[in-house]
Amino acid sequence: MHLAIGLWSAVGAALVGCTAVPASADDAAARLAEQVLRKSLSGATSEQWNTRVKQDATQAACSKFRNQPPPQIAAEIASRARSAVRYPQNAVLIGDWRAGEQLASIGTGGQISSLNPEAPSTPRGGNCYACHMLAPTEVAAGTLGPSLTGYGKRYGTSTDAAKTLYQKIYNAQAFVPCSVMPRFGHNGWLTPGQIADLVAFLLDPESPVNK
Amino acid sequence: MIAKRRHAAAWAALALAAGLRLCAAADDHTLQEIQKYRQMLQEGNPAELSELRGEELWTSPRGPNNATLERCDLGLGPGQLKGAYARLPRYFEDAGKVQDAESRLVHCMMTIQGMTREQATRDWYRASSDIEALITYLAAESKGEKIDAPLSHPEEARMYSTGRELFFRRSGPLDFGCSSCHSLEGRRIRLQELPDFIERRSAERFMAQWPAYRVSQGAVWTMERRLIDCFRQMRWPEPDYLSDAIVALEVYLQRQARGAVMEAPGIKR
Repeated sequence: MHLAIGLWSAVGAALVGCTAVPASADDAAARLAEQVLRKSLSGATSEQWNTRVKQDATQAACSKFRNQPPPQIAAEIASRARSAVRYPQNAVLIGDWRAGEQLASIGTGGQISSLNPEAPSTPRGGNCYACHMLAPTEVAAGTLGPSLTGYGKRYGTSTDAAKTLYQKIYNAQAFVPCSVMPRFGHNGWLTPGQIADLVAFLLDPESPVNK
Repeated sequence: MIAKRRHAAAWAALALAAGLRLCAAADDHTLQEIQKYRQMLQEGNPAELSELRGEELWTSPRGPNNATLERCDLGLGPGQLKGAYARLPRYFEDAGKVQDAESRLVHCMMTIQGMTREQATRDWYRASSDIEALITYLAAESKGEKIDAPLSHPEEARMYSTGRELFFRRSGPLDFGCSSCHSLEGRRIRLQELPDFIERRSAERFMAQWPAYRVSQGAVWTMERRLIDCFRQMRWPEPDYLSDAIVALEVYLQRQARGAVMEAPGIKR
């Protein structure tokens, strides 16, 4: 599984190497931006502010360092991420790949909008296809993240493989600090059970990802 | 001669093969097809209707003052429209702040035509709103002009650095910020090509096309409409229309696209 981590880091490094990113922010500019943002979001409730806009330490660091944290900060982010991973109560890390397949396609849910409102009951998922190639039959797959086609064929279904993948989906920043991938489990966007279903979708030999 | 040509063809084939290996053949093909579709649409862009209606609104007496907008100063002097949109946002002495095309337009509707803010911005985000038409018209008046928003005033510089901070700012349940999707070159969400606003040429190509007719929406979307929708997609609350956060982001993006030749109104998915 070290190979997988190495691969992800290499992809991350290659991506970062492509563009010149401006130097990290000075704190005065960041403070001013916070004031401007608060004023501009005058319609946001305090609950919305706290859950959608207020930053945790990781978000603040990644913003400040333009997603390229210096080694010390990166190590802190990764260690925070690792220690906060929670597993399903039934300890099953490889769930139902069919349920995972559905979650991989759902890109709705959790939106706040008065211009384009979304029904509160709208399902939310992992929206994996927005950024990753998965089943080779789905051509409308994004390219922000690496292709995951044949993932299970590469890494197998051992407990180690499943655990590493589970951690990656739960909080990708345990492996790639300031990865642009959402921390699906850490932020409570997906439940541990749903993450296990996604693990199955990627690893199960019967899943279309591995066909 | 033929041999030479064959030689060149072989090199091209080799380069193509290498390129395909790198980028994946299917990707390139998909993007080509999308480009073709866009080109087809561009030949008959429905935004032209909006542009015509905008011109009519601009030159018609309206509001409590029964005045036209023809004396509106968009930064190059009263009534000077050619190239004005391409040089926005900018600082306006009379407003005491940096304004983009939309906030300046609303300023003129209020000060010249005597409308309230509510009257001027009514239904601004809906298809066929007056704002949509007027902004399409103003942007079209900059066709062929180079994007060049000024940064010399201290307020403009402040808005630029604020916009840059906001661009990289991440928060919310998906940890998103503008930079999550718009700081990598040549990427897509599903089949939708993403502008990379760090990379100059990509920023230029995309900013030159806004405002744009959106086929999926059946309407022209202004830059503010586009940016506010990004907040929805990031799962943040929506910023207020004409608010400083949006204008600041525009200052940053226009600066990244400096020198691009305006082609708006464009056409998008």
